[in-house]
Amino acid sequence: MKLFIQETMALTMRSVKRLSRERISMIFGLIQPMLFWLILFGNLFQKTAQIPGFQAPNYITFLTAGVVVMTVLNSGLSGGVDLLFDKESGFLERLLSAPISRNSLIYSRFIFVMGITSVQILIILLVAFILFGVYPHSGLVGLAFIMLVGLLFGLGLIAISLTLAFAIKGHGNFFALMGFLTLPLIFLSTALVPIQAMPDWMAFLAGFNPMTYAIEAVRDLIIGGWAWGGIVRVLVILLAFDAVSIGLSSRVFHRQMG
Amino acid sequence: MKAIEIRNLTKTFGGKKVVEDLNLAVEKGEVFGILGPNGAGKTTTIRIVLTLLKPTGGQVKVWGYDVVTQPRDVRQALGYVPQEKAVDRFLTGREHLILVADLYHLTRPEAKKRIEEVLELVDLSHKADDLVNNYSGGMKKKLDIACGLIPNPKILVMDEPTLGLDVESRIRIWDYIRRLQRGGLTILMTTNYLDEADQLCDRIAILDRGRLAALGAPEELKKGLGGDRVTVQFGPLQDRLDALAGTLKKELPFVNEVKVSPASHELEIRVTSNEEALAPLIQKIHHHGHPILAIQYSRPTLEDVFITYTGHKIKEDSALL
Ligand SMILES: Nc1ncnc2c1ncn2[C@@H]1O[C@H](COP(=O)(O)OP(=O)(O)OP(=O)(O)O)[C@@H](O)[C@H]1O
Ligand SMILES: [Mg+2]
Repeated sequence: MKLFIQETMALTMRSVKRLSRERISMIFGLIQPMLFWLILFGNLFQKTAQIPGFQAPNYITFLTAGVVVMTVLNSGLSGGVDLLFDKESGFLERLLSAPISRNSLIYSRFIFVMGITSVQILIILLVAFILFGVYPHSGLVGLAFIMLVGLLFGLGLIAISLTLAFAIKGHGNFFALMGFLTLPLIFLSTALVPIQAMPDWMAFLAGFNPMTYAIEAVRDLIIGGWAWGGIVRVLVILLAFDAVSIGLSSRVFHRQMG
Repeated sequence: MKAIEIRNLTKTFGGKKVVEDLNLAVEKGEVFGILGPNGAGKTTTIRIVLTLLKPTGGQVKVWGYDVVTQPRDVRQALGYVPQEKAVDRFLTGREHLILVADLYHLTRPEAKKRIEEVLELVDLSHKADDLVNNYSGGMKKKLDIACGLIPNPKILVMDEPTLGLDVESRIRIWDYIRRLQRGGLTILMTTNYLDEADQLCDRIAILDRGRLAALGAPEELKKGLGGDRVTVQFGPLQDRLDALAGTLKKELPFVNEVKVSPASHELEIRVTSNEEALAPLIQKIHHHGHPILAIQYSRPTLEDVFITYTGHKIKEDSALL
């Protein structure tokens, strides 16, 4: 156990050091969701708040939950990228030739990406407060639940990303597939518009998208009209999503690593 | 116990045999080289030894541990220097070494001491805190070797340690390898450089298309070809070369074999050793009234060994070596 912690911490610290050296990509990774979604998109669709069935006081308030979860989506789905590059550069061989538990490789990714995601969520909420006065009406407990929902959703996403990084040959294919997955997941969720404003078939499909549930929970927590039953239901759905994706990923992982 | 023992090793990828019925053993304390052209199966063999690939058939033991059933013990006994320079350009040299030390579970003080030693050995102390992004190719390779040495392994496994390096770096790396051997380390390496196999390795295995073509010390393998070669060229009017060939073989004890090439008026003579052979040979030919146009003396090289056992050159243009 002590050895396992040593390995996992060493691998996690490597990612932290790498990140501190790639300041530019770190800053753009943070700014992109805020600039693009919150500021541009939020202003562009101000009038959406007049759509019937809309409960938020304004579109920005509505959109903040969407931006939080979209950021989780992006970070989670790119959680396997470093592993993919390690595989291609041969660095992974060096790691695997050491007498470490294979799980420490995976756990260190989870720890690192979930850490980054937490920081991102906090920054987005802070920016939404400073620029637009939007803040979670459910208070500190609500904030804690927003983080929990974000991390539970992120967990499953990272597992999917790691699975693809192991199974797919070449980062070109990986990024193509990510691009292909991301937009439908966003548009088939309530990130940008409420479910009442969607065509029936889209609303139907959105019901199968775990992202929809994560967004609903975060949105309720931000607007303030939340109930324990709803939150618990979302947490259960997200845990089921995690179980499925982690189960899948550990099968692929063990087949690849022996 | 052998350092490494490979028995009847076979590896197939999707039906394609990449290593076929390979048998060899590496003794403790030796530098053992696997020599072969591109695609011979060198890296595949190494990966199986390192437990990064599972054998399709056969058995591999490293320091007494089985690669399939005791992979962790095997990995603990080995240090690895991969073929590609496997470095992370966003880390410094020292950060690489700290990472590797943690992966092999060294304690802080152990790691600190070992890192200084290894940096010293590969001459990187002054660059240890620079980002690897700013390293030259030779320095990256040195760092690679340093990473392989951090765990203080029983056996260091190096896949083409000097591939693509300039002459100076190659010679320096050969020097490290010799020093490490003197310190008691066993080294398994692959190469497709003949000179490297010849000068550095105590024993070599020639691998060609996944099969073992020859095994032994470079000197032994060269001797095994039947001795040094003297090629004597005569004038175009010489037509009694067959008779001369017979005489030389019968009368000179150090002549092992004589081959006649009538078209080019040449005799190719295999002799046991230079010092005693050349003078009496020339004298004998002279005595029989055959004027010599040209004479060429050569020792068999590892290249000759390679061609003899595989039927082809190791590279298209081996003049580069
Ligand atoms: N994962 C793999 N899947 C399919 N084929 C493979 C795989 N790895 C290696 N091969 C094939 O096995 C053969 C031997 O490859 P290997 O890398 O062992 O050769 P090598 O002797 O190390 O060559 P080089 O000198 O170029 O490094 C090659 O034909 C290669 O294409
Ligand atoms: Mg190779």
